[in-house]
Amino acid sequence: MALLDIRNLVVEFQTASGPFRAVDGVSLHVEEREVLAIVGESGSGKSVSMLAVMGLLPWTATVTADEMSFGGRDLLKLSPAERRKIVGKEMSMIFQEPMASLNPCFTIGFQIEEVLRFHMGMDKAQRRERAIELLRQVGIPEPAERLNSFPHQMSGGQCQRVMIAIAIACNPKLLIADEPTTALDVTIQKQILDLLVSLQAKYGMGLIMITHNMGVVAETADRVIVQYKGRKMEEADVLSLFESPKSNYTRALLAALPDNAVGDRLPTVSDMLFEPAPSGAAA
Amino acid sequence: MTKVVEGKNIVRDYHIGGGLFRGQRTVHAVKGVSFSVEKGKTLAIVGESGCGKSTLARIITLIDPATSGELFIDGHKVDIARGGLTKEMRRKVQIVFQNPYGSLNPRQKIGDVLGEPLLINTDKPAEERRDLAMKMLKKVGLGPEHYNRYPHMFSGGQRQRIAIARALMLNPSLLVLDEPVSALDLSVQAQVLNLLADLQDEFQLTYVFISHDLSVVRYIADDVMVMYFGEAVEYGSRDEVFADPKHPYTKTLFAATPRADVASIKARLAKKKAA
Repeated sequence: MALLDIRNLVVEFQTASGPFRAVDGVSLHVEEREVLAIVGESGSGKSVSMLAVMGLLPWTATVTADEMSFGGRDLLKLSPAERRKIVGKEMSMIFQEPMASLNPCFTIGFQIEEVLRFHMGMDKAQRRERAIELLRQVGIPEPAERLNSFPHQMSGGQCQRVMIAIAIACNPKLLIADEPTTALDVTIQKQILDLLVSLQAKYGMGLIMITHNMGVVAETADRVIVQYKGRKMEEADVLSLFESPKSNYTRALLAALPDNAVGDRLPTVSDMLFEPAPSGAAA
Repeated sequence: MTKVVEGKNIVRDYHIGGGLFRGQRTVHAVKGVSFSVEKGKTLAIVGESGCGKSTLARIITLIDPATSGELFIDGHKVDIARGGLTKEMRRKVQIVFQNPYGSLNPRQKIGDVLGEPLLINTDKPAEERRDLAMKMLKKVGLGPEHYNRYPHMFSGGQRQRIAIARALMLNPSLLVLDEPVSALDLSVQAQVLNLLADLQDEFQLTYVFISHDLSVVRYIADDVMVMYFGEAVEYGSRDEVFADPKHPYTKTLFAATPRADVASIKARLAKKKAA
């Protein structure tokens, strides 16, 4: 049975000019020990669909789906209290902007221990010990001292590591990483990706990687879903996606990589979208 | 070929003032960097955050003075710490900043954004400024209907086009691009890079292109300089640097760049299966 199973997910936002459909009939499933990458440009609904899974969307959003289940439990029918028990414990998320996602008013130690207090019911000494262990796992030097640092005292890469530490604190079954490396340098990006993949392999987590960087996809994913304007354009394993992309949009994305530049100009997505999408790709 | 910009041994120190319990400190942001760019060429400066590449960009753009060293623009020696700066010099060098969401005034219409450099630096009448702004909008792939809109009505890629248009209003000979595409999506990034290449051909522009993305650098640059802790550890033509990186830091940088070719994916999957 799949760890996360979503069929025909639709997310609509109420706006001043009527409902806006951000996600339109997306189906996906993640197995245990699998890395799924969701690729698409900004506004393609990739973050929104994952926020819907986590139940973190504002009240203006209406979420409907034929099925949305996590480990056999129906996520659509959960009460808020039941959801809070799952979110952060069995299913957790790393958000996009590490600097903005951490609370500037509390030390990182407090923020890591908060998760452990709510979900694991550990006492103070246990929490402290676990927090130090987590920081060591994500590769922050002198973890015991760093617990007392505030987010502004750390670099972007270190904040992202703290975010990862918070997300894996309760050994989740599913980790959703929303553009975990977009704000970071290439060298730091490499470190964070290696860290995520090694943690995933070590604990056998399911990992959903949301990104717009094809290089990141190539380096981490087992299976890839390409999304465009709220629709799923293509789903394939990573090798066949790069070898023989089926939809025009995927082809355009790959061609837009500066690595693949032929001649003087980079082909852009708008050059290609005038062709009709192959039938069945949007299904 | 004429050298548009040349720097000799540029040094920049920042003094951090001491407080009651702390002595003064000096941070050496740029430690003696030399470079030159010929007309119509692109120099790419690569390095991680905090290595001094943006400091160098600010010196080249004549925003900050260098602590020591000589900077020549179009063959003239420029020293803004002494002697100040003429409007003529200001026109020659323009900059495009990294974050298009932060570099446009949210309360200024696009037409005014583009007209302002002309208003400050020239005595062209309003009518002419308006015409020039309209023309520039078309050049960067926007339309006259965008003239009266505010920045929040545009996407990231469009805003970066506006920022580029603003920089080009004064017909500069040198354009400093401080990570112009790192905040943009892949597909939009391709459009902006194409636009930059077109504009370079059309106006014979010289670019100093700052980036930490090697695939972009490989695409756009003629010369590459790799900076590490304020020093230029590698400087040469693009093909030289990419074919035979000498400094260990350059090698780490190459190793860290994600590879998207089929062979490396196969290698990774095979390794994973074996593990």
